[in-house]
Amino acid sequence: MTQNESSENPTIRIWEFFASVKLTVALLLILAVTSIIGTLIPQNESPAAYINAFGENLYRIFLFLNFFDMYRSWWFQLLIILLTINVVVCSWERFPKTWKVVSVKKPKFNVDRFKKEPAKVEFQTEKPIQSLRQDYQSFVCKKFSYCRLEETDKGFVVFGEKGRWTRLGAYIVHVSIIFMLVGSLMGSIYGFEGFVNIPEGETANQIRLRHTNEIYPLDFEIRCDSFSVTFYDTGSPKEYRSSLTILEDDKAVRQKDIIVNDPLKHRGITLYQSSYGSLPSDSLTLRIASAENPSGFNFIKKVKIGESIELPDDKGTFIVHDYTHSAQFGGRSIGAAFAGILNPKEGEPVQVIMPVRFPHFDRMRQGDFVFSVQDYDQIYYTGLQVAYDPGVPVVYIGFILIIVGCFITFFVSHQRICIEVLRSGNSSQVMIAGSSNRNKLGIKNKIEKISEKLQNSHQGDSSVTQMKSMTT
Amino acid sequence: MNSSVILSYTTFVYGMAAFLYIFAFIFKKDFPGKVATWVAAVGLAGNIAGFFLRWIESYQLGFGRIPLSNLYESLVFFAICIAIVYLVIEQKYKNRVMGAFTFPLAFLALAYASLSPNISDRILPLVPALKSNWLIVHVITCFIGYAAFTIAFGVSIMFILRQRPESEHGLLARLPRPKILDELTYRLVLFGFLFLTIGILSGAVWANSAWGRYWGWDPKETWSLITWFVYATLIHARMMRDWSGKRVAWLSIVGFGAMMFTYFGVNLLPGLHSYAATG
Ligand code: HEM
Repeated sequence: MTQNESSENPTIRIWEFFASVKLTVALLLILAVTSIIGTLIPQNESPAAYINAFGENLYRIFLFLNFFDMYRSWWFQLLIILLTINVVVCSWERFPKTWKVVSVKKPKFNVDRFKKEPAKVEFQTEKPIQSLRQDYQSFVCKKFSYCRLEETDKGFVVFGEKGRWTRLGAYIVHVSIIFMLVGSLMGSIYGFEGFVNIPEGETANQIRLRHTNEIYPLDFEIRCDSFSVTFYDTGSPKEYRSSLTILEDDKAVRQKDIIVNDPLKHRGITLYQSSYGSLPSDSLTLRIASAENPSGFNFIKKVKIGESIELPDDKGTFIVHDYTHSAQFGGRSIGAAFAGILNPKEGEPVQVIMPVRFPHFDRMRQGDFVFSVQDYDQIYYTGLQVAYDPGVPVVYIGFILIIVGCFITFFVSHQRICIEVLRSGNSSQVMIAGSSNRNKLGIKNKIEKISEKLQNSHQGDSSVTQMKSMTT
Repeated sequence: MNSSVILSYTTFVYGMAAFLYIFAFIFKKDFPGKVATWVAAVGLAGNIAGFFLRWIESYQLGFGRIPLSNLYESLVFFAICIAIVYLVIEQKYKNRVMGAFTFPLAFLALAYASLSPNISDRILPLVPALKSNWLIVHVITCFIGYAAFTIAFGVSIMFILRQRPESEHGLLARLPRPKILDELTYRLVLFGFLFLTIGILSGAVWANSAWGRYWGWDPKETWSLITWFVYATLIHARMMRDWSGKRVAWLSIVGFGAMMFTYFGVNLLPGLHSYAATG
């Protein structure tokens, strides 16, 4: 930028350093390259896992460089701060000049400059200059937010322009970055993130924080009235749903069913459906059928886990000893299941699996009896993610600004047009030229379209058409 | 006929179009080029038909949802976006030579979806975390951006080839002038950058509604940000007069590499979750 005249004064030197787009390019590239590190090294794992993976020496070096929590390390944060200073200084430096351009009330136009534009069309028309004046002026005034007619010695000129303000687009983008960074800073200073598991029917008034594992008290209570999970036929989960009630001073103040992607917000704190599990069920209704004649004899009994029951016909004893929420069979999940041990009168004890959803499962064992679960009391707990982030609205404003700003800077331009009409005998000589601060090809097409339109509008008049074919 | 079959035929049609574009370029013939445009348009129609048929099929299976939720479906949509962006540019710039360098990428996207044994075309229902309108916005905008970057990549390759002195004669002289290619790369990058920005941010809004955090430095997020940094570098680099178009073209190629890694490579990194993050 202003390198050749850079001053001896160190403050000015520092200012110039931060005002340069070269620094922007360098910082953006450094950020791109260093960000890779944290994707190659899994973040925030235990020291043991790292020592195992990298060895003691590499571990020490990586630890020193903060590679295991690198996006929050001092040097990565420093890069982001430098980029922020860069964007602030750079915009600050340039804004006055841009503002001067943008805030002009009576823009200057220079016909000779327009004549050098690549986006230029010239044609001749038979219409007298007086009739064109009105048409062209109203055309330009309709299409451009600013228009002006000036008389010249040999005719007139119409100027028009629009989108001067779009030169501010890049500043909107840069301001949006500041919004996002301030918002995320607010989140990390004032916000928290934690989780809590609440069994159905129970209430919680504190959570455990994610990073520090500390207990954090809430000033309200969350009751989980019920939790349900539904599945597709394929066995994959369809919906997790928790019915929650918020209590303040033992009074219910809010009730809402939450699902993933539809959280509950109370006093700025948001509760997200994040996981679930089931508490070990302590009893079930067991069904024991004869293997030879399943429809024949059926033995139904309510049992507790760990309780031993006598089998019919003096065939031995059976104990249900375990419950798992998601059992595996042949590498596939078969859902909730109870496990029991059959102690026959003769022979070795046998393990029996009773998946809740597959009552015929135990037939595969080909024993004398088929054990299955008729019914059981399932108690779930819901796993809630609890987050408070006062920076989110600020960050979201940044999101909107960056999208709007990028759209304006990329696709809306400051366009200027000049139509010069000169008297030449009975006919008129017309020059249409335009300029744009970006998208040169677009303005060229636009000028061509405009000139076609203006020429066609003359065609109502038959003499013009004739003259045109004569002149071309 | 089901959607997978239509899409397999479409792959073949895209292959034909790509072949014709290359043929027309190498043998300096106009007619095969014109045919290529029509074949490409037919392929695009088939691609779009396959997309919508798959959508209908998901309703017939009882869990209707827009087909944008796994690698196969995203590739199908990616191919649609590439073909549309290419055909629009072909019309605007009235130049078919670009087809030889960019249309094969649409073919490759669809061929990878249809032919790779690792990619399942089964229509599966959505897990709870993926049921979000933000996710739909996220996927659509990301892939529009990706398509623009993909075409920009092809154009940048053309720029680098065309920019060398020996390209004044022979085959490469048929490429558009470097100035036009440079301008086109930049415009495509601006277009892609806007959509990538919307894509990343709508992904952040989705993550916030699903998990209560809009940014978590998850490798996929980080790689999309890396891609974004590279293209932001390109946008600023072009403002510095001493940076030639060549360096901008290289940045566009590097950006494309980062984008491809965000799309495919992230799953290869250690200890991560896959395309369909469930949380
Ligand atoms: C990640 C952060 C950044 C993003 C996404 C960003 C984005 C943009 C965009 C979209 C433009 C408009 C480009 C155009 O005119 O086509 C722009 C222009 C510009 N940016 Fe940035 N920028 C960032 C950071 C910076 C920083 C740190 C600086 C500091 C020097 C900077 C300096 C400029 C300048 C000088 C312009 C030209 C302004 C003008 O033409 O009026 N940018 N930026």
